[in-house]
Amino acid sequence: MDPIRAAMLKRSRSAKRERRGKLISLVCISLIVLVVAAIFFFVASRGLATFFDNKVNLWAFLSQSVWSPAVNDAHGNPQVGALPMIVGSFGVTFLSAIVATPFAVGAAIFMTEISPRLGAKILQPVIELLVGIPSVVYGFIGLSVVVPAIRHAFGGTGFGILAGTFVLFVMILPTVTSMTVDALHAVPRYYREASLALGATRWQTISRVVLRAALPGILTGVVFGMARAFGEALAVQMVIGNAALLPHNLISPASTLTSVLTAGIGNTVMGSLENNALWSLALLLLLMSLAFNLVIRWIGKKGEMKR
Amino acid sequence: MNAKQKDKLATVVLYLIAGIIVLILASLLGYILVQGLPHVSWHFLTSPARAFAAGGGIGIQLFNSFYLLLLAMLISVPISLGAGIYLAEYAKANRLTDVIRTAIEILSSLPSVVVGLFGFLVFVLQFHFGFSILSGALALTMFNLPLLTRNIEDSLRQVDFAQREAGLALGLSRWETVIHVVIPEALPGIITGMILGAGRVFGEAAALIYTAGQSAPALNFADWNPLNIASPLNVFRPAETLAVHIWKINSEGIQPDAAAVSAGASAVLILAVLLFNVLARFLGRRLYKKMTAE
Amino acid sequence: MQNYSLTDTFIRPFDQGQEIALATSALKVFYDDHEALHGVSLPFERYKITALIGASGSGKSTFLRSLNRMNDTIEGTRVTGSIMYRGVDINSKQVDVYEMRKHIGMVFQRPNPFAKSIYDNITFAPRRFGEHNKEKLDQLVEQSLKDAALWDQVKDDLHQSGLALSGGQQQRLCIARAIAMKPDILLLDEPASALDPISTSTVEDTLLQLKDHYTIIIVTHNMQQAARISDYTAFFYSGTAIEYDETRKIFTRPKIKATEDYVSGHFG
Repeated sequence: MDPIRAAMLKRSRSAKRERRGKLISLVCISLIVLVVAAIFFFVASRGLATFFDNKVNLWAFLSQSVWSPAVNDAHGNPQVGALPMIVGSFGVTFLSAIVATPFAVGAAIFMTEISPRLGAKILQPVIELLVGIPSVVYGFIGLSVVVPAIRHAFGGTGFGILAGTFVLFVMILPTVTSMTVDALHAVPRYYREASLALGATRWQTISRVVLRAALPGILTGVVFGMARAFGEALAVQMVIGNAALLPHNLISPASTLTSVLTAGIGNTVMGSLENNALWSLALLLLLMSLAFNLVIRWIGKKGEMKR
Repeated sequence: MNAKQKDKLATVVLYLIAGIIVLILASLLGYILVQGLPHVSWHFLTSPARAFAAGGGIGIQLFNSFYLLLLAMLISVPISLGAGIYLAEYAKANRLTDVIRTAIEILSSLPSVVVGLFGFLVFVLQFHFGFSILSGALALTMFNLPLLTRNIEDSLRQVDFAQREAGLALGLSRWETVIHVVIPEALPGIITGMILGAGRVFGEAAALIYTAGQSAPALNFADWNPLNIASPLNVFRPAETLAVHIWKINSEGIQPDAAAVSAGASAVLILAVLLFNVLARFLGRRLYKKMTAE
Repeated sequence: MQNYSLTDTFIRPFDQGQEIALATSALKVFYDDHEALHGVSLPFERYKITALIGASGSGKSTFLRSLNRMNDTIEGTRVTGSIMYRGVDINSKQVDVYEMRKHIGMVFQRPNPFAKSIYDNITFAPRRFGEHNKEKLDQLVEQSLKDAALWDQVKDDLHQSGLALSGGQQQRLCIARAIAMKPDILLLDEPASALDPISTSTVEDTLLQLKDHYTIIIVTHNMQQAARISDYTAFFYSGTAIEYDETRKIFTRPKIKATEDYVSGHFG
């Protein structure tokens, strides 16, 4: 028989390698998906125990402001009001985003529209370095510089939402900036040329044409930054004061979901209410991160529709 | 104010913003280095930490950080390579792929403290690994996987499809072509991404507090048998890393020289991360030049 | 441009004595729901050069790429009809696609050498298939490069990167790489379209040399090229093979109006 024909009708080594390789890659990707599923399953099963096993009212958990799971109130109910942490987390997140956004957008405009040369030479590496600095270092600087400065200026301990905002502002600044830069780069050149040709000044072009066209991308960057701020644990925990109380003002000690978690999970007994309540906070954190993801997708879809 | 003046003002404000950001970084680095570097000495880098007295070093923490990084990379690189190949080469445009991508996106946006808590629950408690290097490395792997996978997928996609066609037309399978042609060409991007990932892992603390633990038992650097508990190579010993150490002494430290130790440790941490950054750029560029024969 | 009938076709019959290397029958290719080829039946004679000509979008490249199943890599591609090669349909389940491609090689429009040395470009696949004898590999490199008319220019720096060569040299390296596999049939998809005239003529000379040992099917945009090098020419129009005949006849006395208009430059 024709040897070439015979060879073609056999399964080649390449075919076997292909099958094996495909299988390996499938196993790897499945592993990652499995990890994600496992994270959700474990955190949810622990976090929901507070409500199903310990019969804590979900509404009370979200709306009450006394957090001392170990002590029952006058009616014998456990006091797991997570409101202080929820307020703290949202507080630092929104405030830091509000402060960081103008800086980030300004820096991004500088890098893409005003001086791309200086932008690429100086600001780009600066942004990359800021991303690279570990969060504990930010926390340490917050603790040794920002907190004393606030104490000096406003009195009190210096710990609190203001300090947290300061630290997070610097931490999310590079994230928002680099995503805004990408969004600005994606605006077609002829938008600018058309506007300038109509006699608009550079600033008019930027503010009325470029920024408007890049808005979905910029918003995505801001939400990304907020997600990062919301989930940041150690840097915030080091400067926020860690008092599970509703904050009176920006410079009174407060707490966030992450700060209570990091401080508490090691000091509670697995399966106890104190421990379950902490896992409920973790679940809340997980769900919020999911929510941020959804918002980012939603903005992306809206942005696509506009084009 | 007319349009021209507004334009001038806006330009000035933008320069100001750019200047402020540069200033922030400069003062951050300046503060850490000025405060920290004087404290960094050979003794500081090599001697063990002290809990109650001044004069402690960061030797064990430094070793732990590198060892943990190495293990985490050893686990996460092959997995993300496989996963990246799947996404770049085999994934079809369908619902399943959407689900996979969404899962990876979610994993990459999870707060690292949640990843750490999951590691605590599963590796430390369920698998009885305890607070150990192994638990920590696995937690870091989860933290590292989505980014590495995405980086590898992107790097593979950057390689011209014509290269795959060339391999296929010679009778090689897609897998062989990817392993022997596409990956070598994508290597500059992959290596750069890996080193940047390593920098991130090196500075990570939140995922480690409840997995690798917050204590650094004394090590016997003469004992390289990984089964002995005092051996540096033992993967079942608790291992506080440099980043965790900084957090620990600042949040509950009682050393009289806590501030100096943290400044020194922060300086070392930052220098290490800087080094990773420089290395990533340098190696990436070198490899790219070599590959493209410029 | 007028519309031509797709049923008004002429496909040259082959004699019993002529050896057919490859033959398609009623070959249709679909991209998702779009039918890109409407049932093409063409035989290819062994040790001849057959040119496929036609305007862009006429289906000639799609047809060529289906001959060694390169279209498999495009998601949503479906093929019906048959491609008979050595008594088997290469699209049937029993055929190992990778083994088949070793015997039906392909050179692409854009030169695509690997980012490896010239030497490794050629020996890469043979080594993957188990040839590790240094002497044999050296010999293979020399022979393939000589066949591709590249040896004299690169023999002194076989270890420099294939990407450092000029466009024409790169394409000849790709041809050398393909013939190092000692294929039965060589498919070329507009191999000279990205090259300057001098490189083009070198590549054409190379192909004429190779004809003695290989069956060559070449897609080309360039009618002069088809006329210069091919023995047979098939004219494609709108996903259909309109006319297939000896090249001489196609260019001097075409039987179909569409072919005549195309070769005389009325559309294209």
